[in-house]
Parts: sequence; structure tokens; C-alpha cells
Amino acid sequence: MEISRTTFKQYERLHLSGEIDLHNSSVLRETLLGLLGGGEHVLVDFTQLAYIDSSGIAALVESFNVAKKQSLEFKILGATGSPLQVLELTRLVSVFPMVENEHNL
Amino acid sequence: MNAHYGDRQVLHNVNFSVAEGEIMVVMGGSGSGKSTLLKHLLGLQKPSSGSISLLNQNIAELGRKQMMALRRSMGVAFQGGALLSSMSVGDNVKLPLRENTELDENTIDIMARLKLELMNLAGFEDLMPAELSGGMLKRAGLARAVIMDPKILFFDEPSAGLDPVTSVELDELILQLRAALNMTMVIVTHELESAFKIADRITVLFDGEVAAMGTVEEIKNSSDVRIQNLINRKPRDKVVDADAYLQRLTAGGT
Repeated sequence: MEISRTTFKQYERLHLSGEIDLHNSSVLRETLLGLLGGGEHVLVDFTQLAYIDSSGIAALVESFNVAKKQSLEFKILGATGSPLQVLELTRLVSVFPMVENEHNL
Repeated sequence: MNAHYGDRQVLHNVNFSVAEGEIMVVMGGSGSGKSTLLKHLLGLQKPSSGSISLLNQNIAELGRKQMMALRRSMGVAFQGGALLSSMSVGDNVKLPLRENTELDENTIDIMARLKLELMNLAGFEDLMPAELSGGMLKRAGLARAVIMDPKILFFDEPSAGLDPVTSVELDELILQLRAALNMTMVIVTHELESAFKIADRITVLFDGEVAAMGTVEEIKNSSDVRIQNLINRKPRDKVVDADAYLQRLTAGGT
């Protein structure tokens, strides 16, 4: 997994790539909670993400909950393939604000 | 591989491979060797000859630590759920994560609830196993088996003891798990309807031998009388060896 960070409109945009699993999901969790702790709106970019397991999904769920409590925006951008199927399987597509592409923001 | 219980050979030249992301269903009647095969695949018993490779590792050559590492990539859902009776459902499901990872407890809680939601067991995490029905125990066992998103899932008789609606839902769930997580699955069952719905390929065992292996259509169209009898639920023809029968009745033995 690789995480890089840019700014897009009002969001801190996290570009995720590769695979997120039990071995590295804690890095994602700490990054997300750190951004939210700093009061940032977060856009999690799935465009280059090949795989995310339940521990990665749990990090997103926890972070989204924190964002809601702090009235911060938290959106997932460009989920396709296996990551989208995981979000569908867990019915989280109806929980997370999902955005197909950045033109919709 | 071959397997024996004492002098009695129970698996004869069983040979098959399962591709990544494939669902292989192992079918056969009672006493066909399905459970014995599963025990060998899990490394609980060693073949008397031959070898078994999981994720490109010959399990006979693995030491205890290596086998434990391999088992972290495997999930096993036992027929009756096999939950620890002294722990709540939630703690049972979380156990593999607590034992094998250093994930934050918040992450573990959410992962367990995600899996319980998938199994339609939301809100049951604080109950004890004794308070669940047979179908719920099976689903809780499956939640625990997939809590670490294993690369390979072994599932013993997923549909046994379930009502038809729950059984169909479980079949759907198995297919969704494979689609979303690309899990490789070896599923032992004697439920034809379920096998035909979920299998990419089916291995049919008879008397410890592979009688047939192929896609659902190939198995359905098999010319093997034993397989057609299995599909059409006809009893096996019992050929009587008069001398052997008399010997068994008068002197015992097999």
C-alpha cells in the first residue's frame, strides 16, 4: 500500500494504491484519524486501489464516524472493482458518501 | 495422496488442485472420505503417502511456526460452528484477530461487527453460543472463519441443518465473499442444490476415490452410474460377495 496526499478544493485528498490488509491498515487508520484530528475534510481516493480487506474497511468506518461527530466531510472517490465489491458486500455504499469522479465534487 | 486409518485405506490416489479464487466443492455420500480429505487438507492428519500443498507450501515440510503462519491465511468453518462455549459470540469472532494481529481494539470491534452484519447476526455479539440456534451457530462460525479475510476458506457442510431460505442466503453469501475478496474455497457438502449453485468445479468422492471432477455441467452430464445415482438420490447398488458376506457375519471384520 502507498498513501500520498494532495489538496483538492476543501479536501485533504488521500491517494491510496496497492493493497490494504491486516499488515498495513493501521497506517491508513492513523493517517485518517490524524487528518480528522486536525480538522481537515477528507477525500479518500480509491482510483488506484487494487484491494482493501476488512481491517481497512474498519479504519474507514471508524474515521467516518469521527468525521460525522466533528461535522467534517468524508468522501470516497472512484471506487471500482474489488474495493467497490467489498463496500457493496458490507452495504457501506449506503453509509459512505461515494463520488464517482472528481468532477462531481 | 493416500490415507489410512490403521490398516484400512480410506483415500486412494486422491489428486486435485484448486485455482486461486476458485470454489471447489467436494461431494460424496456418507463414508466417501470427504471429512477425511478435509482433515488432511487442514493439516490435522498426514497422508500415508503423497503430499498436500497450500499456497505453494508443502504442509508436510512445514514446522510448527510455519504451519501456524500458513493457518493465518486459512479460514475454517466447521459443521456445528465450533464456537468456544465460555466466550460470547463477539469474543469468539474476534479471537483470531486478538491472537494473531496487533490491530487496535476499535478496529477489531468494527471488523467483528461487519462480519456479524454479513451473517445476519447483528446485535448478537453479547450472547453466549448456548443461546443461539444451530443455524446461527453455523453463521457465527463462518463469521469467525472469515474474520481475517483468509486467502483460503474451508467450509464443512455449509447447508446441513439449515432451513431452505437460510441455506440459499448462505450460498449467496459464499458467492459474494468470493467475488469481493477473491477467496479460494474448498467446500465439503452433500447438498446437491447448494453444490450446483456455488461450485466452479466439483470433485465427487466414492469409497475414498475421486470418481469424477469437473464443472457443474460436466458432473450433471456424467455417464458414471454412481454419480447419476447420487444426483438422482438413488440408493447404491449393493453387490453381494457371498463368501465375504458370510465371513463378516460369522467371523467379523470388513
